[in-house]
Amino acid sequence: MALTLRSITEDAPRTTAQTLEAELAAAAAFTRKHTIASIYHAGSGHPGGALSCADLLACLFGAELNFWPTAVDDPARDRFVLSKGHAAPALYAVGAHYGFCDAKEALQLRKLNSKFQGHPHVLDLPWVETSTGSLGQGFSVALGMAMGLKLQNIPARVYTLLGDGELQEGEVWEAAMCAAHHRLDNLCVIIDYNKLQSDNLNNVIMRLEPLAAKWRAFDWGIAEIDGHDIPEILATLRRAGVTQHRPSVIIAHTVKGKGVKYMENIPAWHGSVKLTREQAEEALESLGASRAEIKDLLDV
Amino acid sequence: MSNAPALIASTGDSLREAFGKALSALADEFPTVVVLDADIAGGTGVHHFRKSHPERLLQFGIAEQNMMAAAGGLAATGLIPVVTTFAVFCLRAVEQARLSLAYTRRNAKIVASHPGLDVGPDGGSAQALEDMAAFRAIPGMTVISPADPLEMAQATRAILEFDGPVYMRTGRSPAKRLFGDDHTFEIGKGQIIRQGHDLTIVACGVEVGRALEAAELLAEENISARVVNMPTIKPIDGELLKQCALETGAFVTAEDHNIHGGLGSAVAESLAASRPCPIEFVGVKDVFGASGEPEELAEQFGLTAPHIAAAARAALARKKHLRKKS
Repeated sequence: MALTLRSITEDAPRTTAQTLEAELAAAAAFTRKHTIASIYHAGSGHPGGALSCADLLACLFGAELNFWPTAVDDPARDRFVLSKGHAAPALYAVGAHYGFCDAKEALQLRKLNSKFQGHPHVLDLPWVETSTGSLGQGFSVALGMAMGLKLQNIPARVYTLLGDGELQEGEVWEAAMCAAHHRLDNLCVIIDYNKLQSDNLNNVIMRLEPLAAKWRAFDWGIAEIDGHDIPEILATLRRAGVTQHRPSVIIAHTVKGKGVKYMENIPAWHGSVKLTREQAEEALESLGASRAEIKDLLDV
Repeated sequence: MSNAPALIASTGDSLREAFGKALSALADEFPTVVVLDADIAGGTGVHHFRKSHPERLLQFGIAEQNMMAAAGGLAATGLIPVVTTFAVFCLRAVEQARLSLAYTRRNAKIVASHPGLDVGPDGGSAQALEDMAAFRAIPGMTVISPADPLEMAQATRAILEFDGPVYMRTGRSPAKRLFGDDHTFEIGKGQIIRQGHDLTIVACGVEVGRALEAAELLAEENISARVVNMPTIKPIDGELLKQCALETGAFVTAEDHNIHGGLGSAVAESLAASRPCPIEFVGVKDVFGASGEPEELAEQFGLTAPHIAAAARAALARKKHLRKKS
């Protein structure tokens, strides 16, 4: 019998940019659908700001972070801190997609005795790195991690995702000044700039612009991107990864409620809301879920 | 423990100086300790550490909220962060300590200098009289207030050996040596430092010395006052309190802090659940401080030995009244 050799390049297409981008798009789609389902089951939760950051989370967990479910306590792992802790449903969903937690279990969002609290808690889920939910603190904790890694000569990186409304916290600017002063080039801040906060537009509540100029004045490396453009997100994260002597900030322009037509750009979907069965179904349809998928997510 | 006496050669050291010297002396033994400073190393005593271990002194500038939460991140990478600032600025970052240190159960230490009226001339805005109450109310937070330079040095070692978040008060004024070289400090334990049977005075920090003076004054009137040094406010030594309640039946608590929420409250909560008896509270009576020298302020706000003695007489009278009724 003749031996047939398998081409060693046979798997190569899986690693091409196009395939990776398709995978990340699928991860982001799963994240959005799971987010809607978990908020529906919980009877409360913040959908708008979770949907806006799904592509960013997918790129971090699916491509950028050197962070694996089998080694969540590896001292050399990259760290991700969700400083905008109210986007917890999206973090749990992307975590489930990449094997950090169980997707069915994550649908127990906000339930009594569930590990999936309304805001992430590190003693419940070690892979979330720290507990967040009080805006501004996740950024400082990430800064402390970046500092601690540098002091111990560990070449890992720290990423933290902030909301735009979160930038109104004074602590954010304390941390911005501190990270630049200490030249924490292993720290990358990503801003989910969806222009809306709890009650209204950022511009109405407390103006953030000129935002890039603020970070520039604090001596950060800056990129301004479309936070839903996966190739652009990936390229920018790579560039931030090689920036030296300065921390990096990626101002990612996003759409609040992205993917669910009736939620997009409506502040009312920021706050903690209760989704009816009809609303959840419509949202999932809007996200391209099949009938079977909808049934599977909502009838557990 | 053993080298603590050597660390405090100068008996006139303030508690902050004793802390700073002890921390510097312990640094090589605890190589993962890093000290966080908000531009007041000279005030908190950690200038000693900065001199001996400059690479491990992390400067955060005048930005305590970021410093407090960043300690959580440093601890998450396996280091032992020691956050240092004035007690009043710790109050500014209570919520950061709550979420990023206590809720996350980080092995981080907060060491606060300039507590209470002991701050002196800087005045009411600088005198933290609420810090022990605030930190005591945070689940899992250990709260410590040593009384003399030796105990301060021992407590510094103890908090580094302990795994978990701690809030510890030092002190600004020159401090007297109260304890001999055989003194030991253990988290969660108080000690009877003067025997007595009529009542018990429980004190922490700068009030321990005044409590001993008060016991002398009371002895002249043939009142036998026991004095308990209670350096750990949380967890409070309930066993010792219960024993003192059984043996003396009346209490005075003394602290350089608001009478609400600090040592007095901790003692009252414990005794209410074990062996209720009359308690009088010496402390600042729910008002803010003011400028003045520490001793002048202690006199004006009712924290000196004669005030403790007066409270002791009141507690004793209540005890006798209760005994007569029963």
